[in-house]
Amino acid sequence: MSLDRSDVERIAHLARLAIHEPEIPEYTESLNSILSLIDQMQATPTDGIEPLAHPLDAVQRLRSDVVTEANQRDSLQACAPAVEDGLFLVPKVIE
Amino acid sequence: MEWEVVIGLEIHVQLATQTKIFSGASTAFGAEPNTQACAVDLALPGTLPVFNENALRMAIMFGLAIDAEIGKRSVFERKNYFYPDLPKGYQTTQLAEPIVGTGHVDIQLEDGSSRRVRIHHAHLEEDAGKSLHEDFHGMSGIDLNRAGTPLVEIVSEPDMRSAKEAAAYARKIHAIVTTLGICDGNMAEGSMRCDCNVSIRPKGQEALGTRTELKNINSFRFIERAIETEVARQIDLIEDGGRVVQETRLYDPDRNETRSMRSKEEANDYRYFPCPDLLPVIIDDAYIETIREQLPELPDARRQRFIDQYSLSDYDAGVLASERAQADYFEEVVTLTGDAKLSANWITGELARFLNQADLSISASPVSAQQLAGLIQRIQDDTITGKIGKNVFELLWNEGGTADSIIEAKGLKQVNDSGAIEAAIDQVIAQCTPQVDQYIAAEPDKRGKMLGFFMGQVMKLTQGKANPGQVQGLLKQKLDQLC
Amino acid sequence: MFNLTLSELSQALSQGQFSSLELTQALLERIKRLDSQYNSFITLSEEQALLQAKAADASRAAGHATPLTGLPVAHKDLFCTQGIRTSCGSRMLDNFVSPYNATLVERLNQAGMVTLGKTNMDEFAMGSSNESSYYGPARNPWDSQRVPGGSSGGSAAAVAARLVPAATGSDTGGSIRQPAALCGITGLKPTYGRISRYGMIAYASSFDQAGPMTRSAEDAALLLQAMAGEDPLDSTCAVHPVPDYRASLNNSLSGLRIGLPKEYFAEGTDPEILQRVREAVAEFEKMGAQVKEVSLPNTQLSIPAYYILAPAEASSNLSRFDGVRYGHRCAAPKDLEDLYKRTREEGFGTEVKRRIMVGTYALSEGFYDAYYRKAQQIRRLIQQDFVRVLQDVDVIMAPVTPCAAFPLGEKNSDPVSMYMEDVFTLSLNLAGLPGMSIPCGFSGHLPVGLQLIGNYFDEARLLNIAHQYQQVTDWHQHTPANLSED
Repeated sequence: MSLDRSDVERIAHLARLAIHEPEIPEYTESLNSILSLIDQMQATPTDGIEPLAHPLDAVQRLRSDVVTEANQRDSLQACAPAVEDGLFLVPKVIE
Repeated sequence: MEWEVVIGLEIHVQLATQTKIFSGASTAFGAEPNTQACAVDLALPGTLPVFNENALRMAIMFGLAIDAEIGKRSVFERKNYFYPDLPKGYQTTQLAEPIVGTGHVDIQLEDGSSRRVRIHHAHLEEDAGKSLHEDFHGMSGIDLNRAGTPLVEIVSEPDMRSAKEAAAYARKIHAIVTTLGICDGNMAEGSMRCDCNVSIRPKGQEALGTRTELKNINSFRFIERAIETEVARQIDLIEDGGRVVQETRLYDPDRNETRSMRSKEEANDYRYFPCPDLLPVIIDDAYIETIREQLPELPDARRQRFIDQYSLSDYDAGVLASERAQADYFEEVVTLTGDAKLSANWITGELARFLNQADLSISASPVSAQQLAGLIQRIQDDTITGKIGKNVFELLWNEGGTADSIIEAKGLKQVNDSGAIEAAIDQVIAQCTPQVDQYIAAEPDKRGKMLGFFMGQVMKLTQGKANPGQVQGLLKQKLDQLC
Repeated sequence: MFNLTLSELSQALSQGQFSSLELTQALLERIKRLDSQYNSFITLSEEQALLQAKAADASRAAGHATPLTGLPVAHKDLFCTQGIRTSCGSRMLDNFVSPYNATLVERLNQAGMVTLGKTNMDEFAMGSSNESSYYGPARNPWDSQRVPGGSSGGSAAAVAARLVPAATGSDTGGSIRQPAALCGITGLKPTYGRISRYGMIAYASSFDQAGPMTRSAEDAALLLQAMAGEDPLDSTCAVHPVPDYRASLNNSLSGLRIGLPKEYFAEGTDPEILQRVREAVAEFEKMGAQVKEVSLPNTQLSIPAYYILAPAEASSNLSRFDGVRYGHRCAAPKDLEDLYKRTREEGFGTEVKRRIMVGTYALSEGFYDAYYRKAQQIRRLIQQDFVRVLQDVDVIMAPVTPCAAFPLGEKNSDPVSMYMEDVFTLSLNLAGLPGMSIPCGFSGHLPVGLQLIGNYFDEARLLNIAHQYQQVTDWHQHTPANLSED
């Protein structure tokens, strides 16, 4: 599996990463060398093997439905880049 | 050409938990922006989700109510996309292993028949925040209070064949979730929102046509109108030689039209994968059975019981059973009055009209079940007439108190004294000579109909307080004496 | 004072040889004077440290001291610390002052420890050399032209340079053990889920595990005791009893069954390192241990499996850095897409972007089964290898790294050669098992680490084995020759 320039552009867009024209060849090359490393696993047969998502065979714990969080807007917004009237500001959202 | 409409619904139901699905922040509606968005809801670096047991219980209740298989193992997955109301950059949802498997509900159609709508599955997920579009120097404001509110998304099969059926299905889901008490059912506040997948095909054709998705409709009336509008648009399009494009559309109720949401059109690749911050949710039969034992009577069962136990019509029974609070209210009134038909009439008539006008739900009714029963009892024992009853109801609504206190204070007691009634009749006969003459001149078998006029006059004279039965008997007797 | 271990300092404090305030002031002064050589700290939290030290002295005076009261510690800069910048080694969080404490930080605070500051690390813990830090690489105290390892390179360098007696680290693919080996200190990566991840900025959620980095196994036991245990805020944190780790430190190793996986002793590894590891194993034999060769046949597959799964999780975990609620935001975004793309392009460094792209690709439509699912299946194979071997032996011993500390810049331009650096550490994270690195000699002037791999939740045994080794050897007490001793 080998990526070309348009694959790299598509992936960068999905990941919302701006990518500068001169960087594309370098990204393409390094991603391809990583993918060829990764592709070594394709030779190993894994039919019928249950995928392992979590190392421990544990199950989800449940939280009781009790309010534990008080309003902390001021401290939580202290590091926000743009806030007005308690709202986070972003460039216009078009529906 | 004759077209067949094919509709499937995805209904998002906000669960009535105290806290978010993955955090301990409150879900109460209407708080100041971002005051109910904690570190987890804001996706602060390092924060992690912990699953709310009540959301699980409520989803299972729904599954049991639609006779579905409950997922003994369910898995949360991440749906990855960027949007400012989605703080983590992914929505935690379920895909391959949802909590509720295939089930079904039956809807009643206007012609009295019923149709089964299959439910493909229902899954748990988190709600997003809200973008506010008031102008902040050309920016939008983001409020994340709603982010993380638990949702059950109910995905139907494309089993509905008209806008009316779709609305009936949505009403049935509403009835079920409110009866279960897992949703407050407040559609204006977005507690239940509907996406409608609509397509058309030539009648008799097996293959489905290309569908469009109408997003985020939040009233039954709009579901019906939006689908009708979209169906008409699709038919026009195809009959004009065009073709339907698979896309997301928005219904604009002001213009009664649907329009393409181009901003959502970008081909998305959501890169679903199991959420590594959450583990598989495993439940056993005992857990499910405990929940099953606590299920309230469901709308279909209650509707049938209303028909059997109270001899109500299908229609009245269906309306009363469609919402738990309303059905409870009805049964409380009936217990006190012992007259199901009369109680049903008052609830679906006068009370419903007032609630509608005030845009209130029955649980917020200013006239309680006891108050209404008190009023009905006074009609039953002939203390007041039905007509006066309506006045008393309005006073109960506006001023409170009891029917008895109002009847007493306003002197609305029915007049049963035959002397007083006779005096009133005599006065009417004396004042209405021309009508009396007509009555006398009429054929005896036509006279019955003419009696209504004199009835009205007597009731007017007695301010509606005269016992109508007594008035009728005495009137007929006196007039016939003149003939 | 600077050469004392936590355990020794604890004793000195309780005997009143000096106060926590004196100790804290002395260390802060030493860091300020010397750290320009090592670049091991990103942020010093002097003000809070002095307050904590005073409070610790007061609580000792009131008779409420725990074994950790008044002892200094430094936190890897991915643990959220309330009121202290938490950068994760990234420009993205250069301005982020956490409004809350990670559970681990909270626990050590409760135990009375004094936080001196936040240590340098590879950006978002992605790296094996500390060179991907936005704040420049930390340097190896044994040779300042060489890397300290990564991603917990700052913690390892600070402990090795005697700037702090102990530090916290995190290990996703070797990030505690590898820098511990390269800097000649003791590092423990516990079983996945042993320590809460709440407040530890996520790289790859199903791999990340915090752990102690210290100068002795005894100190590691002391710290782990306070760090371990269930947390209602972390669903993946294990509900499993926490034993008394110090109680078993002196158990006899007679009859201990050691497995040496042949795949870890193959060609390609520095022969000096293999020799040191064999010498260490010989020490254990002297203590009555039995040694046998074992096989972990899927070891080589751990690199491809890890470099699919960890970047896939990371690509999603790092989506929250979007310039909306905290962290870096690009100047004058012209629309939403511009806000996202430029914020993330400017905020993340090259290696982070590379891994986000690999992970995004692996999860994208049409490739999920071939990459993500396949890698999860391989993950199961690797786990099964370990489960099988650990039925026959009590501990697996192996090298930590294929070579000793390498020169700065040597592997930085070639991601694949950097990834190969993790070959002996990754498979543990895939399996979720606990592992340790302890000093076992030198290759030239550079330290060599011995890796101990145990069964799930068997940290007590690893600490026991490491402690017994440190009773009969003094490799852990060696200090860099040029270290300032004043």
